[in-house]
Amino acid sequence: MRARADLAARDGTVRALGRLGAARLRAPALACLALGLALPARSQAPAAGPAPLVVHYVERRIERPTPLNNEPPVPADEGLRGADLGLRDGNATGRFLGLAFTLKPVVVEPGADIRAALAAASAEAARERHGSGAPRFLVVNAPAEDVLALADAPELAESVFLNIGAPDVRLRDRDCRARLLHVLPSRDMLADALVQLLAFKRWTRILLVAGPKPEDALYAEALRRSARKFGARIVAESTFDAHGADLRDSALREFALVTRGPEHDVVAVADEAGEFGANLVHNTASPRPVVGTQGLSPAAWGRPVEAWAAVQLQGRFAKLAGRPMGPVDWAGWMAVHAVTEAAAQLRSTDAEAVRRLLLSDKFEVGGFKGRALSFRPWNGQLRQPVFVLWPGAVVAAAPVEGFLHRRTELDTIGLDQPESACRAFGGPR
Amino acid sequence: MIRPALVLAALLCAGGAQAHEIYVSNERDNTVSVIDSARWEVTRTFGVGRRPRGLTFSRDGRRLFVCASDSDAVQVVDPDSGKLLHDLPSGEDPEQFALAPDGRTLFIANENNATTTVVDAETRKVLAQVDVGIEPEGMAVSPDGRIAVTTSETTNMVHWIDAVTLQAIDATPVGQRPRHAEFTRDGKTLWVSSEIGGTVAVVDVASRRVVETIEFEIKGISPDRIQPVGIALAEDGRTAFVALGPSDRVAAIDTATRKVTAYILVGRRVWHLAMLPGGGQLVTTNGVSGDVTVIDTASLKAIRSVKVGRYPWGAAVRPAGDAATAEGAAPAGGRSAGRRE
Repeated sequence: MRARADLAARDGTVRALGRLGAARLRAPALACLALGLALPARSQAPAAGPAPLVVHYVERRIERPTPLNNEPPVPADEGLRGADLGLRDGNATGRFLGLAFTLKPVVVEPGADIRAALAAASAEAARERHGSGAPRFLVVNAPAEDVLALADAPELAESVFLNIGAPDVRLRDRDCRARLLHVLPSRDMLADALVQLLAFKRWTRILLVAGPKPEDALYAEALRRSARKFGARIVAESTFDAHGADLRDSALREFALVTRGPEHDVVAVADEAGEFGANLVHNTASPRPVVGTQGLSPAAWGRPVEAWAAVQLQGRFAKLAGRPMGPVDWAGWMAVHAVTEAAAQLRSTDAEAVRRLLLSDKFEVGGFKGRALSFRPWNGQLRQPVFVLWPGAVVAAAPVEGFLHRRTELDTIGLDQPESACRAFGGPR
Repeated sequence: MIRPALVLAALLCAGGAQAHEIYVSNERDNTVSVIDSARWEVTRTFGVGRRPRGLTFSRDGRRLFVCASDSDAVQVVDPDSGKLLHDLPSGEDPEQFALAPDGRTLFIANENNATTTVVDAETRKVLAQVDVGIEPEGMAVSPDGRIAVTTSETTNMVHWIDAVTLQAIDATPVGQRPRHAEFTRDGKTLWVSSEIGGTVAVVDVASRRVVETIEFEIKGISPDRIQPVGIALAEDGRTAFVALGPSDRVAAIDTATRKVTAYILVGRRVWHLAMLPGGGQLVTTNGVSGDVTVIDTASLKAIRSVKVGRYPWGAAVRPAGDAATAEGAAPAGGRSAGRRE
């Protein structure tokens, strides 16, 4: 287990800013004083203002394969850095309203007991006078089994969970939970975004190549489902296991065999861990684009995202983290931003009020995606545009032009109300 | 077809009104296009700094100020020659600005570092940097010159700055992603557009409270495509025009009833607006279609479109030599036309 000292150390500064902001609002005469002091770390006096709202963050690290082509590895702090930026943004807003927020991160290694680690962090928070210490808002960056274990834990019965790491459809479907919100798009949202673009371009004949892992099978299943939904067709399927072969030697011949099949417009690849997909690009039997987990990919966020003022968020993140913002970073930022924005709208850090607003269908929040975002009342999934991009550029943002929905076009991607088996949110309304 | 009538109307307008020069910043081309309102053609295009957005004129029309966002400068340009005279210190990433009625104090929103920079355009000195919310963008100065406001797009507030002491005095929460602010001519009311909220807030300046939130509804357009950005108020104060972004429309609002009276179809992704002196015509910058639409404010119809550069963002009408009279007659007159966008 590894708690982040750098974040905790900033709490003092954050509280001081919050208090000064409050003073500025209440007494204009003091404004000049406050303004002069409203810079970090000028005031060392202990905080006396209202208690900050605590957002907890819990992450389980994932073992990832060694990069195949010397590409930058998935950053060790993906997600957490985004949450950190969300906290900073929240406090920048909060200081004008006399509100302050803190982030309590807990990161555990594979195989460690995530509930025990979180309990230790809660006890620490309690010692620091943050109420009982039990998380009220918990950002979860962990696989689906962990998400469910936490959501069902009796000691977390009062928590709202914000899932930023698990794209599993089942968490939005039969395995949903009443206080579990999903900030990260699900696999079916990713697949729907991609297939909408393929349908728009009339590249509807898909040859599917899936890796051997369970998550690859889930990604492939999401693609099949999207193909049915938008009138595309999987013309053939094959599997590929990168283990046992050295792709550097064998790719030229092996991929030709795997991608030989009936006429198709694209080769879709399902390889979430990145064990071979990047090498499939430009190495197919027929000259066809590779789409899916590599090549042309659907994602919540990515380096080339620029429009709708995204470049501002990208700039702030790069300054903080020294690297580009990935999809899980964006989800981490978005999760903390949603909580702090709900508090700002209420002008209160009362956890119960913030929770009520967050879970109500009245709540709307911006996320640098050009539209107001909101949580679907039937399964807690954040409605949002999904980008279809390659490392060089964004090709499209779904919902793609022409895909209509009676409620909002955003509901053309992902499980719609009649399709979702989730009943934890009260069933059909 | 109604085209002959439109052309006739355009000719009448062009013939009847005095010719003006409209300066349009092209965000992606790093240029400014100059449109002659007599012919509705681009007569000149000149290069400026990187990513030009907000632009405004000095009161006498002899100096053009341009926010060159990615050059981190406000550039002062000779509008006749298009030559850069000098840069003003602007703080990081200037996006929009407003010139105070004194004609020399510039309030500049620094989008990247959550400040408003106040600069004396004559001495070229920074007078103050004021802490505001994240991504400040909209800037306006009250007609009496006492209050400056900036809107912060991620903090979702209007920040009130005492223009004399240059201190932030208050903040008013508004809808999501406030982009633009505009004072009415009497200085009593402030109009603020919220791009993601999809609304315009009418704020009482004395109490600094939102007194009305105007919503928009266009048949056949999904509500989340209606994204208010630029605002222009008619010279007679009766009509407010609001650019609605990717809905490709400008709303005309009766300021007395605060009801929308018309939605005017313009080019794609309409950003900002500038009213021509006299108030007969309004121009819009259309970011995606790369053109400017001319609206006849009497009939509330689009009468012309003029191709400019890539991603046109802001527009400003140059106060002509003899237009100074018009400005003198109405002290606030230079604002909508000569100020920014």
